[in-house]
Amino acid sequence: MLRNEPEITAELVAEHGLKPDEHQRILKLLGRAPTFTELGIFSAMWNEHCSYKSSRIHLRKLPTKAPWVIQGPGENAGVIDIGDGLACVFKMESHNHPSFIEPYQGAATGVGGILRDVFTMGARPVACLNLLRFGAPEHPKTRHLVAGVVAGIGGYGNSFGVPTVGGSVNFHTRYDGNILVNAMAVGIARADEIFYAKATGVGRPIVYLGSKTGRDGIHGATMASAAFEADAEEKRPTVQVGDPFSEKLLLEACLEIMAAGCVIAIQDMGAAGLTSSAVEMGAKGNLGVELDLDKVPCREEGMTAYEMMLSESQERMLMVLRPEKEAEAEAIFRKWGLDFAVIGKTTDTLRFVIKHQGEVKADLPIKELGDEAPLYDRPHVPTPARLVIDASAVVAPASTRDALVRLLRTPDLCSKRWVWEQYDHLILGNTVQRPGGDAAVVRIGDGPKGLALTTDVTQRYCEADPVQGGRQAVAEAWRNITATGAKPLALTDNLNFGNPERPEIMGQFVGCLEGIGDAARALDFPIVSGNVSLYNETQGRGILPTPSIGGVGLLDDVTRSVGVALRGEGRALILVGETEGWLGQSMYLWQVCGREEGAPPPVDLAAERRNGDAVRALIQSGRVDSCHDISDGGLLVALAEMAMAGRVGIALEAPPAGATEHGWWFGEDQARYILAVEAAAADAMIAELTKAGVPARRLGVSGGAALKLPDGASISLEELAAAHEAWLPSYMSASAKA
Amino acid sequence: MRAAVLLFPGLNRENDAMRALQQASGVKPTLVWHAEHDLPAGTDVVVVPGGFSYGDYLRCGAIAGRANIMNAVRAHAARGGLVLGICNGFQILCESGLLPGVLMRNRNLRFICRMQHLRVERADTAFTNRYAPGQVIEVCVAHGEGNYTADSQTLARLEGEGRVAFRYCDASGQVGGDANCNGSMNDIAGVYSEKLNVLGMMPHPENLIETIMGGTDGRGLFDSLASAAAKAA
Repeated sequence: MLRNEPEITAELVAEHGLKPDEHQRILKLLGRAPTFTELGIFSAMWNEHCSYKSSRIHLRKLPTKAPWVIQGPGENAGVIDIGDGLACVFKMESHNHPSFIEPYQGAATGVGGILRDVFTMGARPVACLNLLRFGAPEHPKTRHLVAGVVAGIGGYGNSFGVPTVGGSVNFHTRYDGNILVNAMAVGIARADEIFYAKATGVGRPIVYLGSKTGRDGIHGATMASAAFEADAEEKRPTVQVGDPFSEKLLLEACLEIMAAGCVIAIQDMGAAGLTSSAVEMGAKGNLGVELDLDKVPCREEGMTAYEMMLSESQERMLMVLRPEKEAEAEAIFRKWGLDFAVIGKTTDTLRFVIKHQGEVKADLPIKELGDEAPLYDRPHVPTPARLVIDASAVVAPASTRDALVRLLRTPDLCSKRWVWEQYDHLILGNTVQRPGGDAAVVRIGDGPKGLALTTDVTQRYCEADPVQGGRQAVAEAWRNITATGAKPLALTDNLNFGNPERPEIMGQFVGCLEGIGDAARALDFPIVSGNVSLYNETQGRGILPTPSIGGVGLLDDVTRSVGVALRGEGRALILVGETEGWLGQSMYLWQVCGREEGAPPPVDLAAERRNGDAVRALIQSGRVDSCHDISDGGLLVALAEMAMAGRVGIALEAPPAGATEHGWWFGEDQARYILAVEAAAADAMIAELTKAGVPARRLGVSGGAALKLPDGASISLEELAAAHEAWLPSYMSASAKA
Repeated sequence: MRAAVLLFPGLNRENDAMRALQQASGVKPTLVWHAEHDLPAGTDVVVVPGGFSYGDYLRCGAIAGRANIMNAVRAHAARGGLVLGICNGFQILCESGLLPGVLMRNRNLRFICRMQHLRVERADTAFTNRYAPGQVIEVCVAHGEGNYTADSQTLARLEGEGRVAFRYCDASGQVGGDANCNGSMNDIAGVYSEKLNVLGMMPHPENLIETIMGGTDGRGLFDSLASAAAKAA
C-alpha cells in the first residue's frame, strides 16, 4: 500500500511538537524542506523527552563523578564499581503520561523499558523499585489508576522474573490529572564486561533483534513532551503494549550472545524507537548509519517509513555484531524464538540514511540530529520563601495517641502492603530486607555482599522550598541506605516537573537541582543516571515538583544489615540527631491540622553526614539490633512502625524539658535515626555518640504489647496495626462496587 | 541425588530451585531444555520450576504441558521416578495429565506474594519424610493463578487416598478463612499422584532455605528428596 506523503506545512510542523524557530533550524541544517519521514525523525529527536533541551544546561551542574563511578549519565544506565570484579548498573525512568492514559500497559512498559536499559549494558537485573504518585483518593479516577498501575508493574516484573523490592506511594490532589510512575531497575554485571551504544567500524552489519515492529507507540516520546489537555484519553493509541515474555527471552538471548563475544555495540529501542537507537549508535561512534526498512520485521502490513521510524513497539534491540560471529548470534536468537534481521550497516558518511521500497526516505546529518538539538536557557524565577512556623504556634492535639492513630491511617503513611503483595519481591531468593522498611536489601548472588536500594522524594517540601526539598530527597535516600548499615554509593534521579515554559516551574526545577547537587556533593553520593519528565501538567495545572531519587548502597556482608523491626523485648531505643520540633510542611500540620503550610525542615548536610556516618559505623560493628530513619510523620510514627514490624510494644519516656510536646512527637527535623540496642549497652553508646558530637538521647525500652506514651495513654499493637493496615485495602475494595 | 530441572521459555525460578536442590544434595542439578526428548541418564528427580512458561498467555502451563520433554517426564513418572512441580511447574504437571485438577485465578483476582503457613498432611512420602505429620511450616506464595479446583469426585478421591500434600493454614495450623490465600478448594496447596511419586504445589519452599532470607522451613522438602533418592540408590 503506497500512500502519498503529506506536504510539510507550518501546521504539520506544529502538530509534530516543533516550534517555529525549531522549524527554521531544520531548514537551515538541511538547506531544504524535510521529507515527511525526516520531519518525524526530527520531532522524535528534538522533543523534550529525548533532547533534554530545557534541562541540559542545568543538568551539567550535577556532580557525576567518584572513584567508584564507571559510567555516569549519557548511557542507557549508570554503572558503579562494587568490588570483586563486579559492577552495579541502574537507572530510574518515568512513564507518567502513558500510565495516566492506560495505567496497566503504561506502567508495565515503563518497567519493561527500564529493565531493557539495564540489560542492554550487559547486566542481569536483580531488583526493581518504583515511585508512584497518584491524585487525591477522592478523585474519581484515582482508584482505577492505582489498581491498573500496580497490576501493570506486577504483571511485567513478576513475569520477567525480577523481584520488586521497594518503592514509595503517595497521594495528592496536584496529581489528579497527571500521575507519576517512575520505575527503577538494578542489575549486576562483570565490571570488565559492560556494553555500550557506541558503534565502531565501517561497513559493519546493524542487526535488529527481538519483537516485531507494529504501529503502537508512534509519537510516544512527543506525547511525553507536551502537557495534557482535556483530550488526554484520546491519546491511547500512543501507548505501547508490553510483552514481558518476549522481554525475558530477549534478556536471556542478549546475555548469551554477549557472553559469546558477538556484540560490538548495543542499544535498546526505547523512546523514539528505531530512530533514536540508530542515531545514538552512529553519532556516538562518529559513524553514519544506513537502514533498509524493507528488512525490518513488521507485525502489520503496509507500514510506512514514517511509521517504522517512530514506532515504539516494545522488546526490541539494535546491535552491531562482530561479522565473524553473526551466524552464532543468529542461532542463539532463533533458539529463543526471537526475530533476527540485518537491517543496515555503518558507513563513513556521518549521514543517517533511510531507504524503503527503493526510495531514500531520509538523508540527515547524524551528529547534528543529537548535538544540534535546540538548547534552551529558559527564564526561571525562584520560589518565594515560606514562613517558618514555630511549633508552639501550631495547635496541639487533644490527644497525642489519637493524633498518631490518625496519621497511621492517612493515605501517605498507611501500610502499602496491598501494593507490594502484588509484586513478587522474593524471587531469586536474595531479598534480605523486604518492602515496608527503609531501604530494601538484596544479596548479590551467594553473598556475602549486598545492595541497599531505595526511592525517595518529599514533594511538599520541594513545592515549599525547592532547594531544601532537593537536598532532602537526596539526604533521605542516603539515610534510608545508611539505616540498613550500607554505604551509600550513587543515585539515579527522575526529575518530574510541570511546564518548563513557565518561569515559576523552571524556577522549581533549577532550585531542586541546586539542592540535589549540594547534597550529592556533601554526601559523596554522585548522580550516575537519570531522566527528566517535564510538562506534567493538565489543563494548566502542574504537579508538585517531584525530583525522585533512587539510591544504591553497598553492604560488605548482608548478614550484618539491620531492618526497622524491633527484635524482642528489653531493647533500649536511642534517638540520634537534633530535634527542634519542626512542624512546617509536616504530615501532622497537613493531616491533623488541615494546613499545608510553612517552610519545610532545613537540611543541614554536615549534620546528615556526621550522624549518618556514626549510625552506619555502629551498625557495622554489630551493636545495633534495628534502625529506622525518621521521616514523614516524625518520631512517634517511626517508633510505631518499628513496634508494628517487630510485634513488640515500647514504653516511652517523656520529651526533654522545654520541648513543645507535639513538635517532639510529630516534628520532621532531618538527619535523625532511631536505634534499638541491648539495654545494657545503651548508656555507653549514648556517651560515645555524644562525645563524637552526635546528639543522642534515650527514648524508651521495648516490651509488652502496646505503645505506652509518657502521658499514660497506651495503644495496643492490634489497634496500631488495624489503623496502619486498613485504609488501602478498604479504599481499593470500594472500587469493586463502583 | 541427580536432579533434572526443566527449562521452558518464560520460566524464571529455575535458579532458585537449583540452589535448594544443590544445598540438600551437594550435587549440581542439570538444566534440561524443553525441546530435548530425553532426561539425562540416571535422573532421580525431575523438577519443573516456577515462572511464566510461554508468558502464561494461553491457559497456565498449557503449552509447556505438551512439550517434547514432557513425554520423557511421563515415562519417568510411570517408572515410579520422582517429579516435583512448583507454582507454574504444578500448573504444567496438571496440564500434562500427571496430576488431576486445575489452577484457576486467585479468589481476589490479584497476584499475591506473601509468607504463607502450610500444614504438612503426611510425612511418609519421598517429599515430606523430614517433616512431622501435621507440622506447620512457613514458606511463601507468589502467583496469580493458584486457586486449586477439581470436580467433586476427584476431590473426594484425593482426600480419600491421602493425596493432599499441603493445606494453607494459619500459624496454629487452622485452615479456612483468610489463611486460604487464593480460594483453593479444601485449602489445597499441593497434591500427589496416585503412587505418591509426583507432587505439585503452588507455594515456594525453594525460597525459604536460609535464615537470613526469612526462614528455613522449605529445606525439609529438599532434604526429604535427597534422603529418598539416597535410599532408592
